[in-house]
Amino acid sequence: MPPFNIIQAVQDALQIAMRADPKVVVLGEDVGKFGGVFRATVGLQEEFGDDRVIDTPLNECGIVGTAIGMALYGLRPVVEIQFSDFIYPAYDQIVNELAKYRYRSGGQFPCPLVIRTPFGGGIRGGHYHSQSPEAVFAHHAGLVVVAPSNPYDAKGLLLEAVHAQDPVMVFEPKRVYRGPDHGTNWTGHPLGEVPAGAYRVPFGVARQWRPRRGVGTAVTVVSYAAMVHVCERAAVLAEADGLDVEVIDLRSLVPWDVDAVCSAVRRTGRCVVVNEAPRTCGFAAEVAATVGEQCFDWLLAPVGRVTGFDTPFPYTLEHLYLPDPARVLDAVRSAAHYA
Amino acid sequence: MTDSTRITEPVGARAPVRTRASGPVQPALPLSSPRLDDFEQAGTGPFPRFVPEDTAACLDVFRVLRPDGTVIAPDPALENGTGVADDDALAMLRTMVRVRALDDRMLGLQRQGRIGFYGAATGQEAATIAAGHALELRDWVHPALREGGILLHRGWPLWSYLAACFGNADDTSTRGRQMPCHYGSRQYNYVTLSSVMATQYPQAVGTAYAMALQHAAPDRPVCLGCIGDGATSEGDFHAALTFAGVMRPRGLGLPLVLYCQNNQWAISTPVERQTAAASLAMKAAGYGLIGARVDGNDALAVLRVMRAAVASARAGGVPAFIEAVTYRVGAHSTSDDPTRYRDEAVTQRWKALDPIVRLAAYLATRGVLVPGDAERMATEADDEVRATLAQVEKVGPPPIEWLFDDVYAQVPAALAAEREALRARLAAAPGAAHGS
Repeated sequence: MPPFNIIQAVQDALQIAMRADPKVVVLGEDVGKFGGVFRATVGLQEEFGDDRVIDTPLNECGIVGTAIGMALYGLRPVVEIQFSDFIYPAYDQIVNELAKYRYRSGGQFPCPLVIRTPFGGGIRGGHYHSQSPEAVFAHHAGLVVVAPSNPYDAKGLLLEAVHAQDPVMVFEPKRVYRGPDHGTNWTGHPLGEVPAGAYRVPFGVARQWRPRRGVGTAVTVVSYAAMVHVCERAAVLAEADGLDVEVIDLRSLVPWDVDAVCSAVRRTGRCVVVNEAPRTCGFAAEVAATVGEQCFDWLLAPVGRVTGFDTPFPYTLEHLYLPDPARVLDAVRSAAHYA
Repeated sequence: MTDSTRITEPVGARAPVRTRASGPVQPALPLSSPRLDDFEQAGTGPFPRFVPEDTAACLDVFRVLRPDGTVIAPDPALENGTGVADDDALAMLRTMVRVRALDDRMLGLQRQGRIGFYGAATGQEAATIAAGHALELRDWVHPALREGGILLHRGWPLWSYLAACFGNADDTSTRGRQMPCHYGSRQYNYVTLSSVMATQYPQAVGTAYAMALQHAAPDRPVCLGCIGDGATSEGDFHAALTFAGVMRPRGLGLPLVLYCQNNQWAISTPVERQTAAASLAMKAAGYGLIGARVDGNDALAVLRVMRAAVASARAGGVPAFIEAVTYRVGAHSTSDDPTRYRDEAVTQRWKALDPIVRLAAYLATRGVLVPGDAERMATEADDEVRATLAQVEKVGPPPIEWLFDDVYAQVPAALAAEREALRARLAAAPGAAHGS
């Protein structure tokens, strides 16, 4: 069990998938000779050649459109969109083509492929290297959407995606690509231990985490990707208040683990949902609405949301934009003390 | 032709860019990054003139038959002087006549409110069917709106074609999920159409790439991407031609032909409003592809050019972008009225260039058809359409399950819950199944 960061875990998953199946190809901008701007595809072109690890022209529409055609004819493309901020030229191909291919063709032309893309802020990337568009894609039927928070899940979800029968979008939290941003260990797998070889993390199964002595009786905090680490720190801070908080890392957004969230909320009666994307129609809104529908009789406090602001993503003041442990803790306290 | 090589004098000769798909196999050219040598030696080309340059490349239209079906320049070296066997010409004519009869009948049905939409290929039958005839069945088609006739030409049942127009329980193209004319068949290697413009073009590039990785040249399946003149303005068009030129799996050109039916109208917008280029075919040069232009109302010309492009692509040559010049003599679709925006006199002149009349007249001169044959063919085709329609129209709507199937490989729990809620509602109020 070597300790990996998320980048290494992704690279490992791609290498395993490509060794196991000659139909797996990787394509994107700078993924070949350079190994990707985040280094997630390092060494792949060297091992598998430039026909299977393809440096593409700088055109996201072309990358995804081409990958769709490849998938229709039996290849297993894994696309890298360099930053999710730049995915919109491919939006039409993803939403009108990829998501609908199986449905619109009466099941004749399934289109299983993987789109990996780093997302989220906290790297001083300003407007266009920081956004979180996952909810935009979760809105479109036909796509699987996942967002791992740690190396173990990043590898397991990516291998699950490469073998899936449906198109999968993997939103990778670039803020924690190389380690938790607070400099401490990964939770769950403290050193980032990632099993060698192939294993898979199934879609739609959330992961629960509590501080060492916690049992999760006070407040249920739901999040995913980089915000999981913020929530976990908030949970530790809450312990000092005597608040026993449980964090649920969704891991998958489509499908998402409604049962895990709702059974936890039925236990605590209090729920806070956290995403760093803007508040309006962020994925937290979907979780909050579902909790409202399915846990109404158990709720002891309004479902709280902690999110980015309804502004474009800022540069200099990004630390104020991003939900931090203090903001999450405030929401946890509000939920816990609501009478 | 020489302008692009004028930057400096003393450099080695570059291979001339070939602009016709007439040869058997077009070799893959090396990519032409600016040569550092040129810059170091610092010669110069002439100062740019800022006047329209000679745009002769890809302006010529290749044609075999005159509108009256006579051969323009019989070539004794070619079979029948035209390069097309009588069997091939007759097979194309049969489908062209069938498509015409089908389109006429379906337009009538739409006007009666029996189907919701129809996009006819009237006047474009040669451009459609001859392009399809140049392919083998193992070759794939990523179609645009008016290529449905290719599917019939490949042997797809008329029943399936008509069921797709009704979106009923026998609609295998889309299971009642799309409007009429969004045909598709995995068995016949014809990818189900979407209504979105040009998205199929980069996909055709990817399909060709997958073919090249899984089959060795020179005997590879080929992918045909189809588009209309309007969609050449979309970003996907640029993406597709860019990738088509750059991607060279196994060091060869893609097994790809990018085809464009320039019917000169995108609903009410004429092709001059889509591009200021002197032809669509000339766009190929900017992407390192081979461009060619052909009379789309001349089935023999389309077949000849497409066969050359397909053969070259199959063997590993540079992909071609082929413009077939034709005319949409009818409306864009049944919800369009072209008399509001275009000159009827021009339409009448194009109608006189009818591709079916031209091919039938040629086959008469060959002695393959005798007077009355073409009319009999049309009557038979219409009879077949009417008889099949009478039965297809009786097929019921798709089952409720088809609302929820095929979104994903398996119906996820959340969707199953929505399905059960709908079932329960319908069980409580059966009339709701028919809509309000």
